[in-house]
Formats: sequence, structure tokens, C-alpha cells
Amino acid sequence: MNSLILRTTTGFLLSLLVLFSVYLMLRGHNAPGGGFIGGLTATAALTLYAFAFDVATVRKMLRLDPLSVAGLGLVLALVSGLPGMLGGDAFLTSRWALLALPDGTEIHLGTPLLFDFGVYLVVIGVGCAVLLTMAEERGE
Amino acid sequence: MNTLMALLIGILYASGMYMVLRRSMVKLIIGLALLSHAANLLIFTMATLRRDRPPLIDESETALAAPYADPVPQALILTAIVIGFAVSAFAAIMIHRVYQTTGTDDLDQLHTTDS
Amino acid sequence: MNLLLVAPILVPLLTAALCLLAWKSVRVQRWLGVAGSAALLASALALFAEVDGRGMAVSHAGEWAAPFGITLAADLLGALMVVLGGIVGLMVAVYSLGSIDEGRERFGFHPLVQILLMGVCGAFLTGDLFNLYVWFEVLLMASFVLTALGGERAQMEGAIKYVTLNLVSSAIFLAALGLLYGLTHSLNMADVSLRLARLNYPALENLLAVLFFIAFGIKAAVFPLFFWLPASYHTMPVAVSALFAGLLTKVGVYALIRVFTLVFRDDVEFIKELMLVVACLTMAVGVLGAVAQMEMRRILSFHIVSQIGYMIIGLALMTPLALAGTVFYLAHHIIVKTNLFLVSGAVARATGSFELKKSGGLYAAQPGLALLFLIPALSLAGIPPLSGFWGKYILVKAGLESGQVVLVVVALAVSVFTMISMMKIWSEAFWKPHPLGLTPAPVGLLNGPIAAMAAMTLAIGFGVEPVMQLAERSAQQLLEPQTYIRAVLEARR
Repeated sequence: MNSLILRTTTGFLLSLLVLFSVYLMLRGHNAPGGGFIGGLTATAALTLYAFAFDVATVRKMLRLDPLSVAGLGLVLALVSGLPGMLGGDAFLTSRWALLALPDGTEIHLGTPLLFDFGVYLVVIGVGCAVLLTMAEERGE
Repeated sequence: MNTLMALLIGILYASGMYMVLRRSMVKLIIGLALLSHAANLLIFTMATLRRDRPPLIDESETALAAPYADPVPQALILTAIVIGFAVSAFAAIMIHRVYQTTGTDDLDQLHTTDS
Repeated sequence: MNLLLVAPILVPLLTAALCLLAWKSVRVQRWLGVAGSAALLASALALFAEVDGRGMAVSHAGEWAAPFGITLAADLLGALMVVLGGIVGLMVAVYSLGSIDEGRERFGFHPLVQILLMGVCGAFLTGDLFNLYVWFEVLLMASFVLTALGGERAQMEGAIKYVTLNLVSSAIFLAALGLLYGLTHSLNMADVSLRLARLNYPALENLLAVLFFIAFGIKAAVFPLFFWLPASYHTMPVAVSALFAGLLTKVGVYALIRVFTLVFRDDVEFIKELMLVVACLTMAVGVLGAVAQMEMRRILSFHIVSQIGYMIIGLALMTPLALAGTVFYLAHHIIVKTNLFLVSGAVARATGSFELKKSGGLYAAQPGLALLFLIPALSLAGIPPLSGFWGKYILVKAGLESGQVVLVVVALAVSVFTMISMMKIWSEAFWKPHPLGLTPAPVGLLNGPIAAMAAMTLAIGFGVEPVMQLAERSAQQLLEPQTYIRAVLEARR
């Protein structure tokens, strides 16, 4: 596709959509959202970029092969289950750390967040692998 | 409501089975999707359908009051739907490849590996 | 102990993830596959040692107690199956080093094998019926892609049958789960078992039992639901079909054993008669199908079906001896059948064809490989003192004790026909000279896993006493589900 309007807007939209996808992922613990939906949003953003420019650009942007991104996500999700086991509890038992910011806000950082981030990466990786491959096949 | 759902599930199963038994590959895939939808709705209905009783605990209470919509089956079908989606996507790509390699959509033509 | 239970699932998952990270480098993936499978076998053995000592191992993921959380539970049967899965995984990983083409390797052969192994181990270890469904889907997805990977015409034809029948089976399984949940409001196997015992809805329970029997029966390939198996197993690469032949139908058999010893115990009467009839027909039809075939892997595929019949016998009789026979037979069969498929690949590599008419001359050229074929082949047919003889002996003895004469006659006749099939392969591929006068090529690395598995067959055959004791103890556990139920519902950690 070769449209100036689409290209210009996509440049702005990409960063906004990725930011929004991270927001969705972060709020997922207590509110609607989470790694899966966040990952889908990010995939949609990347796919839009692939439509506006081309697939090779997106592949370069990801740096890793899409499936390697998914592999990284799997490793992270797997690692997130381990801290619970150090205390003798079962796999995936959550562990929390309280992070107090200077202005008094407290942030609960926990292993579920790491798990969600893993899911986020897996969804991006697999989604991009599927969509980019199909887009390349059509382009041939 | 239950009767209506039972009828709907029955119709989905019947049409799914009918489609699976057709000779065309595309219809086969549609049939498989219908069968999994029927199973999902069956799980959904099994949890006794009720309206306006979401399984949420009020701020003032500590436990869930007795009649409420069971959230477990909904979680189950959410999982089953995602799996079903992945499987359908794979099946669609697969019949595309089968069509490319064999040049036919007719299942009766695919008998060279039968014994 | 928590770690021991999750390790057989985490190790293959981690291996698969690392393989994905090394997506571009086939060489790295290859060695990751072997190392990961070896680590899986090691973790499986550690779990087995633990379960062997304590009787049961239970873990609730995230410390959410049963019946609410995700339960992992291993009794002796589960732990034994995980060990067998590890063995098959390692052998196939080594075998694939010398037999899988690079095209398939570049499109994810190694991570897929690991994901398949993860699904198989998950299915053996889960204590929850819905999770069993999820693990089934995990291993099915991996197996679907492995079946279709490569995209040759025969492969695609086989794949569409394989995928369709397995999806129908999953849909039936899911429907059965829905009905079961509606009846008991639980899906944790231990909890469901207790709740079903308190309920009194014989008609619904019968319906559910039959639905589960059909769903798992399709996966286990029992008569009359087996047609997908001989139509697809011979179309894939040898390493893949050996992996499938060793593990996938056996997951179905394992699920049947688990459900009909734990969940539906004495409530369902007629299902045992049904199983007896099905077992007889499965044995007979499978072996008769093999007689008509002249392609090595098709013969072996039909024999998988026929051997599944033997395993159903023990489940149908449900006496301690018969169940022990089934467990013994499972262990023996997984090793022997995987090995025979690996041998078929070596034969095809050496002589150029899976077709018996087009191969030959192997005994003269490679007596070592011929011997390595004879060990699993004679064991499959049930020649003493190899492992298959003991498995059949136990089942026949259990059948006679229960007064099932017809069953015993069928089982013995089937083993004669199995012998005929094996001798057909022997005389065509090994004994007669090659029809084109070729000298079979050496197969190199492929001999390694074949020899290792033949050694295991011999070990089970000559060291039958400890294996039999193990089988008897796991049968004892299966027949006293109270221990399992208590362990799952009361386990704190």
C-alpha cells in the first residue's frame, strides 16, 4: 500500500498504540486488561505499520525474529513462577515487593506482572509471526 | 431460556455433524467449528443460566450471597474458545495447503493413504 | 517436591522457548533438543524416585488448594508414564539428528517436539479433567503441525484425517466435561469422584461414561474409532511417527485408565462388557488389517491398534492382576513400538524403501541391524523371555481367572498373527536378497537409539520381577482411589 496519509498518521499512531498496549497490560491485575489484550493491541499496531510501510521494516523494528520474541516471553513467564518456589511454596505462587516512591505513592510489584509481560511478548511474537508471514506470502 | 438454549445447542450439533459429513473440505472445517461452538454453549448452559446476578462481592459483605452466576464455566469456555480459535486457524491454513498440493476440495479424492 | 512435579512440564517448555530464541540456528536447536530431552528424562526419573518412595506426589499451582486451583498429582502410574515419555523423547531426539531433513528443522521441528513432550507430560501429571483437556490440546496442536510439516501430498492427506478425527474427539470430550460440571459442579478428578459417589443419577452417569469412552477411545484408536491412525502414521517422517506411535495413543489409554479407575468406579456396569467386546474387536481387526499390508509402517500402524486392544483388556477385567498386566503392557509397548518404527526408518534408509517388495538383503549386509529388529519384533509377538511374552502371559492369566475364555482365545490367536506379520517383515526386508541387487547402505547414527531401546526390551524381559512388582503396586493404587483422593484434597504443599 502506498498512501501518504496512512504513512504519516501511522508514524504517530504506532507510538500511541504501543503506549496504550503497555497501559492495558499494566492495569490488567485488578481491572479489565492484561498481557493478552495488551499484546493483541501491540500486534495490531505493528501490523498497521506493516501495511503502511512494508513487512521488512517491521521485522527490522522488532530486531529479533518474531518467534524469538515469543520464546523470550515464554522464558519470562516461566521464570515468574520460580520465586514462589524459593520459599517452599508451589510453582507460580505470587511474590510481592512494595516500592515506595518519594512522593508517597506505593507500587506493588509482583511476579504476576512478570508473567503478564511474558504473555504480552508471546502474543506479540506469535501474532507478528503469523501476520507477517501471511503478508509476505501475499506480496510474492 | 433453558429450552431455547437446548434447542440452539441441538441445532448447532446437528448442523455441525451434517457439515462434517459433507465431502467438501471447507464445509468440514465449518462443521468442526460449529461442533466446538455447540460444546461451548453446552458448558455455558450447564451452569444454570441467570440474569443480573454477577458473581461480585459487595463492598459491605465478605462472602458471595447464594444465587449468583457461576463464573467457573465462563472461565472454562473462555479457554476453550481461545483453543478452538487457534485450532480453526490452523485447520484453515491446512486445508489451504491441502488444496495447493492436491488441487482438489473433494475429500473423496484424498484416498491414496487409506488402506 | 513441588519442583519435581512441575519439572517434567517446565523442562520441555524451557527447551522449546530456547529453541525459539535460537530460531535462526538449526545446529543450536538440534543440540538443545537432545539436551532438553535428556534433562526431561532426568527430571522424570527424579519424580519417579520420589513417588516410588512416598506413594504420591501432589502440588497445587500458586498454592490454591484443591478443588479450586490447578492440581498436579503423580501416582506410580503417572510417574512411570512420564519416565517412558522421557525415554521416547530422548531416543527420538537423538534419532532425528540423523534423519530429519533441514527444511523441517528450519520450520520448528525441534521446538514442536518439545511442546509435544510438554503436553504429554502435562496430561500424565494433571489432577483436573479440564486441564487434561488443555494438555490434550497442547499436544494435539504440536502434533498437527508435526504431521503437516513438510507438506508432501501423502502427508497432507494423512494430516486432514488425523486432524479431523482428533478435533471431533476433542469436541466430544468438551461436551462431556460440560455435562459433568453441570452434574457435579467440579472438575478436579478427586473431587468429582467423591461428588459422583454421593449423587444418584445412573442414567446421566452412564451417558457421561460413554461420552468419555468415545472421546478417549478415538485418541487411543480402539475399534471402531481407529481409522485415522493407519491412514496417517505412515505418511510422516520416521522420527515423528515413532514419537506418535510411542506416546499419543498411549495418552488416550492413560486417560481411559485414569477416568475409569478414579472418576467412574463401580457406578457404570455395562461399560465393562462394552470394553471387553471393544478390546476383542480391536485386537482382531487391527491384526487382520496388518496381514493385508505390504508397507512396513502400515503394518506397524495396524499393530498399534491391535496392541491397544490388549491394554483395554486389563481395564475391562479390573482385577488387580489384569490392571497390573495393563500397566506392564503399556511400559513394554511404548518401548517396543517406538523402536520398531525407528527400525523401519533404518530399513528404509538402508534399502531405499518402506515397501517390503522393494527392499531386502539386510541380513546379509547388516546382521547387527537384523538382530536389533528381531528383539522388538519377537517381543511384540510375545516370544519368551522377551517383555511382550510376560505382558501377554499376565493378561491371559487374568482373563482365565475371570473366566473370559473367548477373550483369551482371541488374545492368543492375535499373537500368532502378530508373529506372522513380523516374520513377513523379516523374510522380505532382511532375509531375501534385494530385488535390484543393491547392497544396503549403512545407517550410522540411527543404530544408537535402536540399540538402546532393544537393550531396554531385554532388560524388561530378563528383569521381569521388579517391573512386575512395580506394575502390581500401581494397579493396587489404581484400585484404591481413596489414597489418591485423600492425597489431592488434603495436601497442603
